[in-house]
Amino acid sequence: MGAADPLSQVFSALADPTRRDMVARLSVADATVNQLAAPYDVSVQAVSKHLRVLEDAGLVSRTKDAQRRPVHLEAEVFDLMTKWIERYRRQAEERYQRLDALLAELPDETGGDEK
Amino acid sequence: MTVNEAEIVVDEKVPMVQIIREFDAPPEKVFQAHVDQELFVRWNWPDGFEVTFDQWDCRTGGAYRITMAGEDVAGSVHGSFHDVLPNRLIVQTFTPDAVPDVVILEKHRFEDLGGGRTRLTATSLVESFEYRDSFLDAGLVEAFAKLDDLLATL
Repeated sequence: MGAADPLSQVFSALADPTRRDMVARLSVADATVNQLAAPYDVSVQAVSKHLRVLEDAGLVSRTKDAQRRPVHLEAEVFDLMTKWIERYRRQAEERYQRLDALLAELPDETGGDEK
Repeated sequence: MTVNEAEIVVDEKVPMVQIIREFDAPPEKVFQAHVDQELFVRWNWPDGFEVTFDQWDCRTGGAYRITMAGEDVAGSVHGSFHDVLPNRLIVQTFTPDAVPDVVILEKHRFEDLGGGRTRLTATSLVESFEYRDSFLDAGLVEAFAKLDDLLATL
């Protein structure tokens, strides 16, 4: 498949409201394609297409052998995403701790002009 | 003693990242540390970064060009300040010279919390989720490697 950038795939998979809704429902329990398609005004085919995007992004998996082939949410991918976002946050936090140190050193007249 | 800790918001609907952080300093000082080149260079990059300001005119309609070199990253960016409203707001766009098709819109809002405290909200908006994620990725190779490994097992 040659996915150069798996996290981008995860994000673009989640950029679609129908797919986000499917993920939300799968977070409660596994479901078959038919069960997933039921609440939407779209064909099972269209839902299968959405599922394929989620599958390619590693967000869901489907049992190969079982007849019903229920769709399962891969929660670990979300954990990784959370960690990855946390790293970015921490970098910002480190930058702003350097700013804290600088602000503590600034003499008051650098700030407000009492005019 | 208040603990100041950065919060992050990663939007799912638009390719945006927001960092919210409070400071034990009035807006005047926090703003100053963003517009004054001498001050800005002292905190915005990690230690060991070599940063050169080829141009820096932080006011409404101004522009800048910065060259930076760190241990494993190097490059230059150029940008435009759209609005610089003292102690309140900086709106700018910038482009990394290596990817001239890309533009990043950044908004820094400085909010006076009273009692000599400020809340800063820094919003970055890009054109695509793909670019937003690579933008977020700066220095996060390890996390990617882990995800790659995981995806390979799925």
